[in-house]
Amino acid sequence: MALSAGEVSVPIEIIDKKTYLNVDEVRKDFPLLQQTVYGKPLIYLDNAATTQKPDVVIRAIDKYYRQENANIHRGVYFLSEHATDMYENSRKIVKNFLNAASRKEIVFVRGATEGINLVANSFGKPNMTEGDEIIISHMEHHSNIVPWQLLCQETGAKLRVIPINDRGELIAEEFSKLLSNKTKLVSIVYISNSLGTINAVEKIIELSHALNIPVLIDGAQAVQHLKVDVQSLDCDFFVFSGHKIFGPTGIGVLYAKESILENMPPYQGGGDMIRSVKLEKTIFEDIPHKFEAGTPNIAGVVGLGMALNYMMGFKIEDIIDHENRLLEYATNVLSAIDGLRIIGNAKNKAGVISFLIEGIHPHDIGTIVDREGIAIRTGHHCTQPVMARFNVPATCRASFALYNKKEDFDSLAEALKKVKKVFS
Amino acid sequence: MDEIKELYQQIILDHNKNPKNYGVLSSYNRSSEGYNPLCGDKIQIYLNVENGNIKKISFEASGCAISKASASVMTEMLAGKSITEAKDLFKKFQKIVTTDSSAEIDFSKSGKLAVFAGVRDFPTRIKCAVLGWHTLIAAIEQKEEPVTTE
Repeated sequence: MALSAGEVSVPIEIIDKKTYLNVDEVRKDFPLLQQTVYGKPLIYLDNAATTQKPDVVIRAIDKYYRQENANIHRGVYFLSEHATDMYENSRKIVKNFLNAASRKEIVFVRGATEGINLVANSFGKPNMTEGDEIIISHMEHHSNIVPWQLLCQETGAKLRVIPINDRGELIAEEFSKLLSNKTKLVSIVYISNSLGTINAVEKIIELSHALNIPVLIDGAQAVQHLKVDVQSLDCDFFVFSGHKIFGPTGIGVLYAKESILENMPPYQGGGDMIRSVKLEKTIFEDIPHKFEAGTPNIAGVVGLGMALNYMMGFKIEDIIDHENRLLEYATNVLSAIDGLRIIGNAKNKAGVISFLIEGIHPHDIGTIVDREGIAIRTGHHCTQPVMARFNVPATCRASFALYNKKEDFDSLAEALKKVKKVFS
Repeated sequence: MDEIKELYQQIILDHNKNPKNYGVLSSYNRSSEGYNPLCGDKIQIYLNVENGNIKKISFEASGCAISKASASVMTEMLAGKSITEAKDLFKKFQKIVTTDSSAEIDFSKSGKLAVFAGVRDFPTRIKCAVLGWHTLIAAIEQKEEPVTTE
């Protein structure tokens, strides 16, 4: 299909603010949720692993490849300019979504994991030597443990860990004790993917900044559940993944304060991140392009922009209200099952419920509820230290998003009763 | 739920609840540890092998019903068997749990192993079923490193 300038739609559609969260209406936005598995309506409760995609995101990616695909930056022809506009427009959307001070502070990466690795390499490595310390917590995802371990191996720095209590909350006093003039970075998860705990990151940032220590917030599980404002948080780094907030896989964001990003060396070298290359010396592009070597995931960026627009089409208060009610309902329904134990009972908790049933292995539970059309995750959820802390090999985890409803948990409870019957 | 019933047959549930040959042998000359990183299943096999025969066998496990029952049935069948017979049974077992759902399984000389036929309808659970067997083979071959099913 030929495309002329007049036919090019505004790259990002404006979606009306919905005045309240009508879950039945919201579900219509997600084609995948309409299907059945094993002849049963699909109930998707693995949103902490990845979320489903609304039609607008799928269509944006489809349209990009059908009508808009071209390599970005430096192209003088129509399509390239258009693709560049869409790419940079998504950066603006991310900036607004996080309330960053500038578009320069938004670096596109593959996901939260790559964002953390970028910081470990370009901020950690030049700033750390033997005896320095990095503080993380006992409830980190492996992606916020392993990059720091690698960095420690290389630099001789030490990893210090904030312990957690039996409810699955960080022990604040212990954090204060760990902070010292040796601390060079604090890297903390906002919401735990295996316990659901919402950490008091504001307090952590405040305490760290009092000693001029920068803070990275792993927001992979937070952006789809909370209002994130990086300026009011005052965090130095913030990472999240697109696929966990209704966007495509393979795209994510690293936010970093401009002053910090300016002083960081590039993460990878290649095309698109340079201003001029001579065989003797290369001059790098300005931030954020300096950190985006090679042809990026343009379709992913376009899809992410649309996903964030979709998210911003709701009032965040409505999402929080809906998910809080759902969490309370789900907790009650599941707790009523004899022998069921919830792991992670933080006072401040998001839509993640990890649980065990006495005498039945999570893997067996997962298999049986799957045949009822219910997708939950079983295993260690990439948080083996959390499993070790609670002395369990694995848990079942039901995690929800804005399109889940109370009935999903009624169905899960019914399925769990069947599990118990099989093993009775 | 039919496939679920097929998977969780009474014999499997019984072995899960009351595993046979469970615990450490008072004397053993070979042992091995198996681990499934996907679900955290762990298994330890202890063997007393003399002149190419398994005189005694036991296991310890923390894992799902399928992996536990599979190891339990295995130990029950292998006590007194030769290593060659054990390896043959392992091959039979692999066939049973991996034969395509639409194809006929040859159950000859398989004994109790037939109860694991339901596993083939659950591809993600095959690793659970074979963990004990892989660990056994490692013990027979005396591998020092923990076995994984990855």
